[in-house]
Amino acid sequence: MTALLSILVLVFIFVAIWQMVKIFDLTQTGKSNVNNQIANDNDNKVNGYLMIGFLIFIYVITIVCLIKYGDLPLLSNSASEHGPSVDRLMIISLLVIFFVQTITQFLLHYFAFKYRGQKGRKALFFADNNKLEAIWTIIPVIVLAGLIIQGLFTWTSIMNVDEESDPMVVELYAQQFNWKARYAGQDNALGKANVRLIDLDKANILGVDESDPNAKDDVIVTELHLPVGKPVLFKMRSQDVLHSAYMPHFRAQMNCVPGMITQFSFTPTKTTEEMRELPEIKDKVANINKIRTQNSQELIAKGEEALEPYEFDFLLLCNKICGTSHYNMQMKIVVETQEEFDAWMKEQKVFENSLNL
Amino acid sequence: MSAHVEAHAHDDHGHHHKETFITKYIFSQDHKMIAKQYLITGLIMGVVGVLMSLMMRIQIAWPGEPNAFLETFLGKWAPDGVMSADIYLALVTIHGTIMVFFVLTAGLSGTFSNLLIPLQIGARDMASGFLNMVSYWLFFVSCVIMVASFFVEAGPAAAGWTIYPPLSALPMAQGGSGMGMTLWLTSMAIFIASSALGSLNYVVTVLNLRTKGMSMTRLPLTIWTFFVTAIIGIVSFPVLLSAALLLIMDRSFGTSFFLSDIFIQGEVLHYQGGSPVLFEHLFWFLGHPEVYIVLLPALGITSEIIATNSRKPIFGYRAMIASVLAIAFLSTIVWGHHMFVSGMNPFLGSVFTFTTLLIAIPSAVKAFNYITTLWKGNLQLNPAMLFSIGLVSTFITGGLTGIILGDSALDINVHDTYFVVAHFHLVMGISALYGFFAGVYHWFPKMFGRMMNKNLGYVHFWVTAVCAYGVFFPMHFIGMAGLPRRYYTNSAFPLFDDLSNVNVVITVFALVGGAFQIVFFYNFFSSIFYGKRAEQNPWKSNTLEWTTPVEHIHGNWPGEIPTVHRWAYDYSKPGHEDDFVPQDIPLKDGEEELQH
Repeated sequence: MTALLSILVLVFIFVAIWQMVKIFDLTQTGKSNVNNQIANDNDNKVNGYLMIGFLIFIYVITIVCLIKYGDLPLLSNSASEHGPSVDRLMIISLLVIFFVQTITQFLLHYFAFKYRGQKGRKALFFADNNKLEAIWTIIPVIVLAGLIIQGLFTWTSIMNVDEESDPMVVELYAQQFNWKARYAGQDNALGKANVRLIDLDKANILGVDESDPNAKDDVIVTELHLPVGKPVLFKMRSQDVLHSAYMPHFRAQMNCVPGMITQFSFTPTKTTEEMRELPEIKDKVANINKIRTQNSQELIAKGEEALEPYEFDFLLLCNKICGTSHYNMQMKIVVETQEEFDAWMKEQKVFENSLNL
Repeated sequence: MSAHVEAHAHDDHGHHHKETFITKYIFSQDHKMIAKQYLITGLIMGVVGVLMSLMMRIQIAWPGEPNAFLETFLGKWAPDGVMSADIYLALVTIHGTIMVFFVLTAGLSGTFSNLLIPLQIGARDMASGFLNMVSYWLFFVSCVIMVASFFVEAGPAAAGWTIYPPLSALPMAQGGSGMGMTLWLTSMAIFIASSALGSLNYVVTVLNLRTKGMSMTRLPLTIWTFFVTAIIGIVSFPVLLSAALLLIMDRSFGTSFFLSDIFIQGEVLHYQGGSPVLFEHLFWFLGHPEVYIVLLPALGITSEIIATNSRKPIFGYRAMIASVLAIAFLSTIVWGHHMFVSGMNPFLGSVFTFTTLLIAIPSAVKAFNYITTLWKGNLQLNPAMLFSIGLVSTFITGGLTGIILGDSALDINVHDTYFVVAHFHLVMGISALYGFFAGVYHWFPKMFGRMMNKNLGYVHFWVTAVCAYGVFFPMHFIGMAGLPRRYYTNSAFPLFDDLSNVNVVITVFALVGGAFQIVFFYNFFSSIFYGKRAEQNPWKSNTLEWTTPVEHIHGNWPGEIPTVHRWAYDYSKPGHEDDFVPQDIPLKDGEEELQH
């Protein structure tokens, strides 16, 4: 039935367009150049003005987006040591982009308006100019050279793991569709692991090598806790398909690849509590809760359960398509003081004691 | 081969072959008819691809709300009108595949390379009409297989258009990785064969069949871009074929090219020693050049249309050729920028950042040259011209954000978010689509001997232009807010609740923009039959295709093929009364050919 209706609607739309074209053509009789379907002076004028209108539209949509959605949570309030350098580079790049965008879009649309065709006018025969070509080759070269150099420095410093700083080693383990984390324990050395060693009966879910002495004090958890100010070196594994460990607040991301171990390192600089106290985050949370309250009222009206209020937390998201529940593959990250972390860690079972023997 | 076509074509125009319906319309070897076949097939696939994107947008804007539209189109995949998560990923996958390969590669390149290469270089037909026909029919078969994959039990391929293993390799990882993925791989293998045959034909034709006087430096830029595009295709598509074959081996014959150490659904699989990262390298060795395979023909079409409608020579003809060649070369050494966080050596990330940002230079040259071509022109704002200007606009907007994504340090945080979706849709999706539309409006008279309605063209352009920005501009911002792409719904993350309004706005723009494409289809099909009859050279253009008669004939020109005496861009040249001088007009006494 819906299909039939859709077809009917489509037919009516076609008829309507046909009628409108007919009517328009009738109003055009008597004018010169009737209906030859090539732009005449009037078309050029109308579309020339529309070009200016469109230029304004581009500017307006830019400004509206900047005002409404521009308090970019990913451009401020980074919570890792390398975060500010990424944000700075991002802002510089965005400024360059907005500058070039504003000017080139202006020239493009303004020229389209200014030089709209008129009968009898002749265009300027201007085929080449080496100086101009050189200018707009060299300027991008200089700007890009600057961006590339800063980008490469930032990239190298992020990806370069500083072994001297004695990072805490944590394994991130991905599987369809959840995350686990494995701490290296007192010895700060992860026990060897391979999915071939997985033994579900013994609850050895990560395939950790039980004979490896380093593995004995490993700690496996489903909620990631990190002490503030301490460098962390993540070793990523996946047991089934590609996943990507995306921690936007820390400006961190790395794929988890079955059959190999990937790594990423950063130092958290703000605790979850400190983040929650930041005015920008408070505003964001308040705004989200306002939306959630409204949605809850609709849900309650439908007889469903209300949504829980939102509270800020750092998150680990999966950011590489991994199957049906990809959209809900997440893990909470808690950043806390060293004392809080130690206290929490003490409550966790070490690997040796977690097995069903 | 070429001599044969020449002789054969010469025989033709005295006494016509007896043509049956089948040889004329179905198994035609005439490049003009094959172009139309590509066009119609591409448009149909375009409708399918766009409908899929609209269904995804409905799901993202109003997750979980029953929708009759979804129920009608998706049937069992949308019980009670609510889309399932599996079919969402399938839509993501097939939408991408169809739009990139079937619409913007075969639809765009296939249509205009076939139509314009022989006509603009002064050839009677393609070097091999037979291979050309085979190329189209292989394309057709691959389209049928791809669409058919929607009707298999477990659903079509759903691992993203990049089909990264192991997700695409293991049927137990995802329903779509069973029969659906087999069909996807089969369809793509056939498609690649089609593309290779087509590309070889284009290259040979451009190199061997140019008419007298048509030196490489007198070729219209359209031909240059089709030529370079074909070369990129020949270089990179076979690599995808090898990746697909290896994946088939892994899937069906137990090899471990891309798979290692996998534990899934309670069992360890035997695969050992392979690496998904290898697949990523192979895939993107095609995948990135593919962006330019899509984009360059659109830029070529735009160059031609902007020059013609500005009544001015294209600015910096040689620089345009040089930048196309530079882009083509660079496009084959930047693939790693899709893999900054794939786990490959960070040093490689540095190398690929460097090569990637280099591409901005020839791209900037092109953009500035277009703008300078408009300067002091006498712009005829026909629908084709509007779409060409629109292309330059979206090419700039979308291209600029490449500076961020190509920078490995910044890519860490926006990789695979909606920022990427916004970037590539603007710079290659919308831009190439505009090039496609511009080409259709401009060469419609050449293809069908009739004119399209210009006022409907204006309506089509302006609504599309506004909606395209309305859809993709805000996407940059939700991407920078950290929203990952390919999420079936964002409701699992309260963190993103404040983005739900933006998603509704985007969807509304998408629905309006999608609906207004009906105007184009009405215009297109009604003009084929009822459009005003076209003059021989309606846009007063210089290139050779407008010296052929309006009625199509085998061999294109009834008499001798015209000889070329000048480049394609003598518009408003001083010393000539008209503001255009077709390429077959000899130089006047004392007139100098421009040293370009």
